[in-house]
Amino acid sequence: MKFGVVVFPGSNCDRDMQRSLQHDLNKEVIMLWHKDEDLSMFTTEDCIVLPGGFSYGDYLRCGAIARFSPIMQSVIAFANKGGKVLGVCNGFQILCESGLLPGVLLGNANQQFISKNVYIKGENGEALKIPIAHGEGRYFADQKLLDELEKNNQVIFRYCDEKGALDAGGNPNGAERNIAGITNAGRNVFGMMPHPERATSALLNNEDGRKVFSLLGLN
Amino acid sequence: MEITVKTAEELRLTAEEFELIKQKLGRTPNFTELCTFSAMWSEHCSYKNSIKWLKTLPREGGRMLVAAGEENAGLMDMGNGFGVVFKIESHNHPSAIEPFQGAATGVGGIQRDIFTMGARPIASLNSLRFGKLEDKKTQRLLGGVVHGIGHYGNCFGVPTVAGEVYFEECYHTNPLVNAMSVGIVKVGKTISATAEGEGNPVFFVGSATGKDGIGGASFASANITEESTEELPAVQVGDPFQEKKLLEACLEVIETGAVVGMQDMGAAGIICSTAEMSAKGGVGMRIDLDKVPTRQKNMKAWELLLSESQERMLMVVEKGKEAAVLKVFEKWDLSCSEIGEVTTDGRLKFYMHGELEADLPAEELVLGGGAPQYTREYTEPAYLEKVKAFSIDSVADITDLKATTERLIQIPNIASKRWVAVQYDSTVGAANASTNAPSDAAIVLAHGTGKALAMTVDCNSRYVYADPYVGGMIAVAEAARNVVVSGGEPLGVTNCLNFGNPYNPEVYYQFVKAVTGMGDACRKFNTPVTGGNVSFYNQNPDGPVYPTPTIGMVGVLDDIATQTTLDYKEAGNEILLVGQQQNDIASSEYLHKLKGVEFSPAPHFDLDEEFAIQKFIASAIKEKLVSSAHDTAEGGLIVSLLEKGFNRNLGFDVKADTDLRTDAYWLGEAQSRVVVSCTKQQAEALKKKAAASNIPVTVLGTVTTGAIKVNGEDWGTIDSWKNKYDTAIEKIINK
Repeated sequence: MKFGVVVFPGSNCDRDMQRSLQHDLNKEVIMLWHKDEDLSMFTTEDCIVLPGGFSYGDYLRCGAIARFSPIMQSVIAFANKGGKVLGVCNGFQILCESGLLPGVLLGNANQQFISKNVYIKGENGEALKIPIAHGEGRYFADQKLLDELEKNNQVIFRYCDEKGALDAGGNPNGAERNIAGITNAGRNVFGMMPHPERATSALLNNEDGRKVFSLLGLN
Repeated sequence: MEITVKTAEELRLTAEEFELIKQKLGRTPNFTELCTFSAMWSEHCSYKNSIKWLKTLPREGGRMLVAAGEENAGLMDMGNGFGVVFKIESHNHPSAIEPFQGAATGVGGIQRDIFTMGARPIASLNSLRFGKLEDKKTQRLLGGVVHGIGHYGNCFGVPTVAGEVYFEECYHTNPLVNAMSVGIVKVGKTISATAEGEGNPVFFVGSATGKDGIGGASFASANITEESTEELPAVQVGDPFQEKKLLEACLEVIETGAVVGMQDMGAAGIICSTAEMSAKGGVGMRIDLDKVPTRQKNMKAWELLLSESQERMLMVVEKGKEAAVLKVFEKWDLSCSEIGEVTTDGRLKFYMHGELEADLPAEELVLGGGAPQYTREYTEPAYLEKVKAFSIDSVADITDLKATTERLIQIPNIASKRWVAVQYDSTVGAANASTNAPSDAAIVLAHGTGKALAMTVDCNSRYVYADPYVGGMIAVAEAARNVVVSGGEPLGVTNCLNFGNPYNPEVYYQFVKAVTGMGDACRKFNTPVTGGNVSFYNQNPDGPVYPTPTIGMVGVLDDIATQTTLDYKEAGNEILLVGQQQNDIASSEYLHKLKGVEFSPAPHFDLDEEFAIQKFIASAIKEKLVSSAHDTAEGGLIVSLLEKGFNRNLGFDVKADTDLRTDAYWLGEAQSRVVVSCTKQQAEALKKKAAASNIPVTVLGTVTTGAIKVNGEDWGTIDSWKNKYDTAIEKIINK
C-alpha cells in the first residue's frame, strides 16, 4: 500500500505527513502537486492523503476553493472508484466541501483557534492522545444525518476525556455528538480533525498516532 | 515644491541632518530623495542613537558564522553541517494602534528575515507586555495581538513553541510585541543580502505594492505635506498565505543557483532593500519604478519607495538565468517582475515615466555608511534614589504562607498562560518535543540534522527598571539558565531592546546600563549577540515603559537524550535545591503585587555564582544525576515546587530548616537557583558532586502522589492548585 500526499499551495502539514508515513511508518510516499491531475500510479488499494494547512489561504470558508483544484477532480474520481482517501484537519474540511463526506465543519464553539492535545477514541474504545490545531473544526450535520452516521458506524473517532468518557469536557470545539472523524458509506474515505501525523515519533513522546493509522487500516 | 529645512523637520529630520544630506549630495535633495533619507536615517533603520553602545556587545566569536548585523538575521554553527538562523524584532507601535494586524505583520516580518537567508523557519517565539489585565483596554489589546499572532503563524505553518506575557501598568498605552523566529539552513547554502555583478537583473517578488505602512519606519503620515497622505493606513496588512507561498518559492529558487542576493522588504520597503543590498556589494542599481506591481493607481515615486506592503522580496539574479527563476515563481502563482539592474557607480537611480526621480549614493543612506551616529547624554534617573532607600525591614514578614501562595499563583504574571498558548499552533512541524515533555526552554527537533534546539525568550523588566545593569545581566542569565536546565548548550543571543525616548537622559541611562550588563553576561556565557532590533519611544503619557531588553537565546542539544524536563517524575523522589537561599524579596512579584512596593533593588544576583550553578547543572544532566530541573523565577521557590507538580499531578512534602524570613525563603526571587528531583541514587551522587564542586545543595523534601505538605501543614492536593493556576487569566477575562 502506498500513499500520495497532496500539496496545495497553503498546505503546511504535507511534510509532517510525509515524514510520519515514510520515516515512522515505513511507507512509500509520493508527493502530489495541486495543479496535477494524474493519479495513474495509484490503485484503489493505495491511499491519497489531503493534509492539514490553509490550502488556498482559506480566507473564504476552509476548503471551499480547494475542492475546485485540478487534483481534487482526480481525487474525487479515485474515491468514487473505491480508492482510499484520508483527510486530516484542512483535508477533512476539503472532503466535506467536495461532498466526499457528509456534514460541515463550523467555527469552534469558543470562536478561537485551539491547539492542544485532546483524547479521541475509535471503535476499540481506547482513549488516544492526539493534537488538534484548528479554528473551524466543529462537526455539524442535522439530527437525521447524525443518526444515520451512527447507525451505519460511520463515526470513526469521538472526542473523549483521558479515561475515554464521552462528556462535554473532552469535546474541544463543540462538535455534534463529540464527532472528531467520520467515514463515508463505502468506508473508503476518512476525515478527521486531530493530527495523527504529529504523534508517531518516540522523540515527541507520543506515538498514539500510530494506533490511529492502524484503526483506519492504513498501517 | 521648494525643499527647505522646514520640509526636512516635517519629515522628522533635524536641521543638522538636513545640512549633512545637502553636503553629501552636493545639492538640495528633491522631495522624493528627502523622504528616502528620512526613512533610512530614522532610528529604526539607522540605529543612530543606539549603535555606539550596540558595538560594545560581544558580536563575534563562539560559533557565529556571520558577524552581527551583517545579514538579516544571526547565523550560528549547530554542527553536522547545519546552521541555525534566528532573530527577534519588535512591532510595538503598530500593535498599539491595530493589535491584530500589528502583531500579525510582526510575525510575518520576522519569518522573512529568516527565509531570505535561505533557512527554513522551524519555530516561533514571542514576548508580550500589556497593562493591567483587569483593564478592558488591555483585554482588547491582548485578544487582538494573540489573535493576530495566531492568524499569521498558524497559516504560515511554523509552530509557536514558547513565549512570555507580562502585565504591568507601564505598558498600558504602549504594549510590547516582540516576535522571534528560528530557522535551519545547510552551512554554505545561505543567501546573502548583497547585490553584485554589473548588469545582473533586479527582481521584485511577491505582493503588489500599496500605500499601506508608508513611513512606518520614520514619521507619522499626518505630518506629510503631499495631498494623498491623509488616507494612508499607518499599519500594514498581512497575508500569511502569500508569505507561505513566498517561503516555499524562495527556498526553491535558491536551489536553481541563479540567485546572487536576496533581501526582504520590511521597514522602508524598496528604498531600504535596494540601498542595503547595493551598499553591501559596493554597487548601485538602476530601478524603473513603473515596473513595480501596484495595488493602487497613481502612486508617487516616494510612496513606492517607502511603502511597507508586506510579503515582498528583492532579488538579484545572475544574468542569463532569469528563466529558471521565473519558472519557480510561476509555479507558486507569485508575481515576479524585473524592475532594474545592478550598476557599478554606487548610485541608486529611480526612474518613473522616463524621468529620474531620485539619484542617491547607496552608501550614504545606510547604517555603517553615511547615516549619522550620535553620542547621547545620560544621567542616573531620580527614581533610583527610592530604589536604593528600600529596606527589607520596612516590610512585615507573612504569617500565612498558604493563603499568600494562593494569591500569588493567580497573579497574571505568574499564572498559566494557557489562554494565550492554545490559540497558537504549537505542534505543526511535528518538531515540538516539549508538548508532551515540558521544560524551561522549548526543545525543538531540527529534522534532518540529528540534533535538537533549545530556545527561550526572557526578560524581567522590573529587575531592569530596579537596576538596569544587573537587570540586563539577569535577562541573559535567565535565558541561559532556561537552556541549560532543559539539557541544552547555549549558543547565542538575539535581542530586542525596548526603551523609552532616547533623548531623555534618564531613559538613555537605562539603555546604556542595560546593554552593558547584557554584554558582560553574554561574554561570561560565551553567547555572542548575533543581532536583533532596537525600539525606542515606547512611552506612556506619564513616562517610559520599563526598560525591556528582551533576550532570545538559542541552544543546541547534540543528543536529544540530554533533554531534561521540569516536572516531578515519581512519588518518593527527592526534591533538592541547587543554589543559595537568600534573605531577599527585592523586586519580587510578591513584594510588588501583594505588598504594593514599587521601588526595590533587583533581586540578589552574582554573575560568577550564576555561571558556577549553570556549569554544575549542565554537568549533572550529562551524568544523568537529575530526573527533572526547573529554575526558580517569578514567585520564587514555592511557585517552582508547584509548577513541577502540575504536569503529572504529583504533590510534594517539603520543610524549611532556616533562619531566613518566611517570605524570603519561599517567595523571594534571588537568582541562580534550580529545583531538581532525583531518585535516591541520583540524590546521593548529586550531593557528593555538589560537595566536591563547592555548590550549595539543600534537600527540601520528597515528591508525593498528589498531597501537598509545607512545613507539616496540609495544603490540599496538587489538582486544586493546578486548577487555580490554569484558570486565573480566563477568570479575569471572562469576568
